Amino acid sequence: MSFALVKFLPCGTTIPFIRNRMVALGVSIFLMIGSLAAFGVMGINFGIDFRGGVQADVETALPVEDIRAVADSLGLGESKIQASVAAAGERRSVLVTMPLQEGEGLEGEEAQNQAVLDLRAGLEAGIEDAQILGTATVGGAVSGELVVKGVTAIVVALFFMLIYIWFRFEWQYSVGAIVALTHDVIATIGFFSITQMTFDLATVAAILTIVGYSMNDTVVVYDRIRENLRSYKKLSVEEVLNLSINDTLSRTILTSVTTLLALLALYLIGGATLQGFSAAMIWGVLIGTYSSIFVAAPLLLFTNVNRSTEEDVDVVKF
Amino acid sequence: MMHFGPSKLITILLVVLLGVLFSVPNVVPYEQRYQLNDAGEYEAQGVWRYIPSSSVNLGLDLQGGSHIVFQVNMAEVRDQQLEALRSDVEQALRVDGRRIYRSVAVIGDEVVAMTVQAEDRDTALQRMQDLSEPVDQQPGAFSIDQTLEVVSGGADEPNVVRARITDEQYAAIESRTVQQSIEVIRRRLDGMGTTDPTIVRQGDSRVLVQVPGADDPRAIIELVGASASMSFHLVDETIDPGIDGQARVPPGRAVFPVASSDGGGFVVVHSRATLTGDNLANASVTTHPNYVGPVVGFRLDTQGSLVFGELTQQNRGRRFAIVLDGEVISSPRINEPILSGSGVIGGGYTYESATNLVILLNAGALPASLTPVEQRNVTPSLGADQIESGRLAVMIGFGLVIVFMVAAYGILGLFSTLALLVNVVLILGGLSGLGATLTLPGIAGIILTIGMAVDANVLIYERIREESRKPNSKPAKSIETGYQRALAAILDANITTLIAAGVLFMLGAGPVRGFAVTLGIGIITSVFTAFVFSRLLAVVWLRATKPQKLPV
Repeated sequence: MSFALVKFLPCGTTIPFIRNRMVALGVSIFLMIGSLAAFGVMGINFGIDFRGGVQADVETALPVEDIRAVADSLGLGESKIQASVAAAGERRSVLVTMPLQEGEGLEGEEAQNQAVLDLRAGLEAGIEDAQILGTATVGGAVSGELVVKGVTAIVVALFFMLIYIWFRFEWQYSVGAIVALTHDVIATIGFFSITQMTFDLATVAAILTIVGYSMNDTVVVYDRIRENLRSYKKLSVEEVLNLSINDTLSRTILTSVTTLLALLALYLIGGATLQGFSAAMIWGVLIGTYSSIFVAAPLLLFTNVNRSTEEDVDVVKF
Repeated sequence: MMHFGPSKLITILLVVLLGVLFSVPNVVPYEQRYQLNDAGEYEAQGVWRYIPSSSVNLGLDLQGGSHIVFQVNMAEVRDQQLEALRSDVEQALRVDGRRIYRSVAVIGDEVVAMTVQAEDRDTALQRMQDLSEPVDQQPGAFSIDQTLEVVSGGADEPNVVRARITDEQYAAIESRTVQQSIEVIRRRLDGMGTTDPTIVRQGDSRVLVQVPGADDPRAIIELVGASASMSFHLVDETIDPGIDGQARVPPGRAVFPVASSDGGGFVVVHSRATLTGDNLANASVTTHPNYVGPVVGFRLDTQGSLVFGELTQQNRGRRFAIVLDGEVISSPRINEPILSGSGVIGGGYTYESATNLVILLNAGALPASLTPVEQRNVTPSLGADQIESGRLAVMIGFGLVIVFMVAAYGILGLFSTLALLVNVVLILGGLSGLGATLTLPGIAGIILTIGMAVDANVLIYERIREESRKPNSKPAKSIETGYQRALAAILDANITTLIAAGVLFMLGAGPVRGFAVTLGIGIITSVFTAFVFSRLLAVVWLRATKPQKLPV
């Protein structure tokens, strides 16, 4: 290799992350309160997976207002129109969503099934250049179960990760990791409240991946903290924490950048279906990186991390 | 640590080779891998007979198709079961041909029997308890659960016995009903000629049907959702059904609407079915001189033929009705005895509607009605667009990561991108080999893995960098220590992500599952490529060039 390597960061940084932990705490508290407030005020724009309803993906050049007029006239309730970006007058894919149809039990399901037929026929009749690319209905029973499943998945995943961290490290670390992860999940919910992006099954997958990614980041920092606590017996815990964050800083940033690059490609090219997913992931990588540095590590100061080496799990042999 | 023995080397190369073998089919067109054989089926041809020939299964969102979840209507089955129990109890409560009950009725979810005399109650209790048997579970499974729970009434009802079907029995019935439904659906879809439909039980009482390539779910719902319970009844022409079909008919008679294709209106028939669809041996589309257009020909089984022969012999000149799902589809007059057990149903069929009826009749009736509760369908053209944009996103993401890694770590970065390439090949091979399904979120999973897989390499290289900055460091020693010390962090980090993927796989639905599979496979392969494969490259490079200083 004849060219000079790009040094993204100077080696051996000594940024005082821990000393400024109160600033980070303030930022995080603000983020949490803001997210919860946004969730309380604006709610979340749940997709039909969680709210039930009828949806058609139609390709047309018609302006959104005209599509809305056609959809609203079908007697299926108030429509929600979501068009992918395109120049005016150009054909693009438009998602037309109708609310869950009323009715008890099987009657409601039948109403849903009729509604999707009506929606398809109505759009084809009312929009001259319409081409239906896909349709979907999710009934009341199924959507309720999907909500339960989604929440269960996130809680169960958090629980198992907590157990794993506890097993590999010590309880102080697992408390820190869980607080950081909960922080990330709440911040992501806030992100979805503020942007009003559709929250569906794929979003749950995105959140779980964010949890996985953030945990990944946190574990790398913790791993270094554990090692440095053993190596630098003379440094105070605060100094060790700061040293460990700085030690891993260049890795943290490099990995975040490569992941962000890949996600950015997905966001820009992946099409309408993956846009919400990749936007959530991009946000998650940013917030996950932040939380492992500013939340997970400083928390060890508060939980009084154990310096003794009796429980040391030694270097894994490969 | 830095020494790779021959066995280790062979294992690594073998894994990579297997990955390549399993992923190659994905870049060769289907027609080159398979050919039609004499039996009209596609089989691997040429070299593909000896090496893996199947490519990745594409999810419905990528190849287009219909995804429909049907709810099996268990309330219906429960009512049937209670009614059957009621009639069994009536049978059981006869002592020497004498009825000992005053009434037996279904009340709520119980069958309540009231004896004529209070002293008969113990006999009734005993006899009703005898109706209970161990719940019929999977063959070989020992069951201590009973089908019925029979109790005497309280002090204020001295001649009452109540029987309830136990929850365990309901669960067994539910399983059986769903299983039967799946079989019927499979026969129907096979009859329709669909390619590789997926039909699986979902939850307790739902059936998931996935039909690739079908872009309009309506035809499938129509075919799958029809109960198709067929029965033959004698027509009672002495009673006028009335114009609106509301006429009061004596017990043992019933009014059925007549299909518009058969003239419409109503007809009165004997409620008791002479024959049911179970007696049908087979049906086919055919023609008949008496009818214009196609007709549906049917043949009864041996027992059905006997009954039908007797019926037609004794009722010459009368009409019989063929009832399908509560509607009379044909009611021909019996001109002569039909002893062969075959006949035709005619009247206004198109080729398509006749074919549909034939499929339904051949596949048999559903044990309970089905209601779609979730439908998703994607046209193949949208699917193709999504594959295209997914592929582009993978390539661009990959390219960006390569540029970035080489810029940051030079030759080592190149090794990591080679490892990344092998990683993608292994993921593809793993998906193909396991027969897993690639969905759009699955592609997102691959892209995410590309971004995260370099994490292990970054961890290692940062460690190597640290080591090589120490005074008197030797390249070989730095690399060895770097790999060694990064291992714990790599394993911890990846195991936690693997936990997330595992949970997603177990609890997730549909496309999310596809995402979990690619993420899970990607994590495992990325640890292999980043830790083992890239190390091999580094060792080979060290031996070949013997550098004095590491370019990191």
